[in-house]
Amino acid sequence: MNAAPPAANAMPKVHYLNVDYGIRSWLFTIDHKRIALLYLGSITLFFVLGGLFATAIRLELLTPAGDLFESETYNKMFTMHGVVMIFFFLIPSIPATLGNFLVPMMIGARDLAFPRINLLSWYIYTLGGLFTLFAILSGGVDTGWTFYTPYSSTYSNTNVMATAVGVFILGFSSILTGFNFIITIHKMRAPGLTWFRLPLFIWAHYATSVIMILGTPVVAIAIALVGLERLFHIGIFNPALGGDPVLFQHLFWFYSHPAVYIMILPSMGVISEIVCCFSRKKIFGYSFVAFSSIAIALLGFLVWGHHMFVSSQSMYAGMVFSILSFLVAIPSAVKVFNWTATMYKGSVMYNAPMLYAMGFIGLFTMGGLTGLFLSTLATDVHLHDTYFVVAHFHYIMVGGALMGYLGGIHFWWPKISGRLYPEAWARFSALIIFVGFNLTFFPQFILGYLGMPRRYHAYPPEFQVLNVMSTAGASILAVGYAIPLIYLFWSLRYGPAAGPNPWQAKGLEWQTSSPPPTHNFPETPVVTEEAYEYYPGAEAERV
Amino acid sequence: MSDQATTLAPQFEGLAQQKESAIFGMWVFLVTEVMFFGGMFAGYTAYRYRFHEAFTAGSDHLNLLLGGVNTAVLILSSFTMAMAVHSAQLNRRRALIVFLVLTMLLGSTFLGIKAVEYSHKFHEHLLPGPAFQFEGADPQHAQLFFSFYFAMTGFHALHMVIGVALLAIMTWFAWRGRFSAEYYNPIEVSGLYWHFVDIVWIFLFPLLYLVGHHG
Ligand code: HEM
Ligand SMILES: [Cu+2]
Repeated sequence: MNAAPPAANAMPKVHYLNVDYGIRSWLFTIDHKRIALLYLGSITLFFVLGGLFATAIRLELLTPAGDLFESETYNKMFTMHGVVMIFFFLIPSIPATLGNFLVPMMIGARDLAFPRINLLSWYIYTLGGLFTLFAILSGGVDTGWTFYTPYSSTYSNTNVMATAVGVFILGFSSILTGFNFIITIHKMRAPGLTWFRLPLFIWAHYATSVIMILGTPVVAIAIALVGLERLFHIGIFNPALGGDPVLFQHLFWFYSHPAVYIMILPSMGVISEIVCCFSRKKIFGYSFVAFSSIAIALLGFLVWGHHMFVSSQSMYAGMVFSILSFLVAIPSAVKVFNWTATMYKGSVMYNAPMLYAMGFIGLFTMGGLTGLFLSTLATDVHLHDTYFVVAHFHYIMVGGALMGYLGGIHFWWPKISGRLYPEAWARFSALIIFVGFNLTFFPQFILGYLGMPRRYHAYPPEFQVLNVMSTAGASILAVGYAIPLIYLFWSLRYGPAAGPNPWQAKGLEWQTSSPPPTHNFPETPVVTEEAYEYYPGAEAERV
Repeated sequence: MSDQATTLAPQFEGLAQQKESAIFGMWVFLVTEVMFFGGMFAGYTAYRYRFHEAFTAGSDHLNLLLGGVNTAVLILSSFTMAMAVHSAQLNRRRALIVFLVLTMLLGSTFLGIKAVEYSHKFHEHLLPGPAFQFEGADPQHAQLFFSFYFAMTGFHALHMVIGVALLAIMTWFAWRGRFSAEYYNPIEVSGLYWHFVDIVWIFLFPLLYLVGHHG
């Protein structure tokens, strides 16, 4: 498999990328694969933008004194970092790119159920993005990505309105994506493709879509009410008018806790595909992995109060939320165990996607375990709003979700582009990212444990060593992200042709040419076996 | 283009699959709408429970007659909408158009009455904000009641406006002869939307107008 692909792997003459040229053929396309690429371009731009804000934060924190920025400017930096990375990069990342590209292909369909709505979702995303860019360029926002009231609704003098409108609009693009996936997965599966033959990537996206359609409207209404408060002075969250700011926190976290699963579940789907392919084994416990996605999606709606342990919520509510949060960790752990069990005694190959997958498993485990520290009432009183929380969610969102995203981009790059990426460089950058990541964020666990609060531009001198380590790690991380950006572009032109199935992977998407034709399959495939039958004979031998 | 859309879109295997997808899609969309309004309903319920007196006092200032008439208007519009779908099924183009127009008229009547109500509230200084004035024991939380009143009925009215616009487009399509007994998914789907918006009002009316009128 690592050997050079056979010469027979010529590119197909006509495929979705070259059926049509010119800007109009892209802006008006209703091909899910092209829309995926539109998204890929946009979210990459936002990723770079968010990265610039992160650089600003890390540079400020290099020294204890708040010397680089005023505290107001620093507040804007971390707010815009959070808003851009969470809403405009991580939430759409895998679903809108790999999901858009692969959901129809994996189920043997010609397109999503509603191709025009799919294109619409990209335009809505772009419109939301423009509002947010406008907010950034016209002075920025400083409320934190959480928009807590009454600061956001009454006191902040920054451009909250434009940002809120941006995020509100953006919400509809993810609602439409989730909506499209649900209908497609229900109604468009190829003959023979029963629910329990679906790739786990599809299950993960199904669960994600459920969260998208159930959670996003609630954050939309919460943000809309903040907007109404700023515009018309109605006072649902304003204590001066009889309202209650804590209600905002409830509505916000009712979405935003499940939203963290919008970010991680698709990545888990990617990992299941990669782990099976590069271990040459069937997934261990298919139905456990599939149902754990659903369990995460449902349980995830019941734990939002763990973000509010210290914001005047009743102690008994806190205890219930604490216990429920422990429960969420179970389906997450089920997945980790099953991936590990899949690798056990498999013939593991350490290609770049697999390196990312292994990185994911380790880092996600760290993030999940520290989530348990945070959902324990007594420890959270100490850790809340410290760098420990920052480290916790970066282990999951960057160490987990982003690693999965990069692994997936590498794994399906031959399918998307028709060409192979340079394997040696890819392994190298995966390692760099792993090292840089840990150097950046592990010190933050210690900082938080020692009591360094988040969201301040200055800190006591005794925290400097750990902060310098973190900033150094961030620079390594930046190099790690830059390398793939370069060689993936490079491979578009110079990479060797990949052929339909360079990994000898299972899954319908590998049965058609790379890049695929516009309607994916010359004729609708018929499915006769379960997912991940890497050694069809193995079952028989065991008996 | 318009010819193609009336028949089978290329991603589907057949008309049946296309229709199932459209209707299932609308249901899924309505679930998102339930969640959207659900956020406000949940907040409203919590505060009405906590500040029952103030909410009752606020509710007494709503015009039960106008609210009641509006409820009747909407129920009637649901009926004309159902008749529109029925006419589409039977391929009766003229009846379809008539019922769509009737539904739009009823919807607009609702919005007109709502506008009258809003302007009354405005003159009575019941709009939350600096100009708010309320004679009663707990004006602060009565103000909260009116925050919810305007937010909830406002979003409902917005949905009505969208509904009327949607039906206008459908009327145009029907006029152009786009629908047939085999293909009328857009009418059916618009009908689901219209009924949903009506049902939201059926919940809003008792919650907001009848707070103090039980027993
Ligand atoms: C294993 C299950 C998880 C548990 C038990 C858990 C628990 C927690 C708790 C208790 C907090 C609140 C800490 C505080 O503010 O004092 C928290 C914060 C956070 N978690 Fe998790 N978490 C889990 C998984 C995740 C996942 C999968 C993600 C993201 C993909 C995530 C992202 C976040 C974020 C973004 C915050 C901070 C929000 C903020 O205040 O800005 N968590 N987590
Ligand atoms: Cu949470």
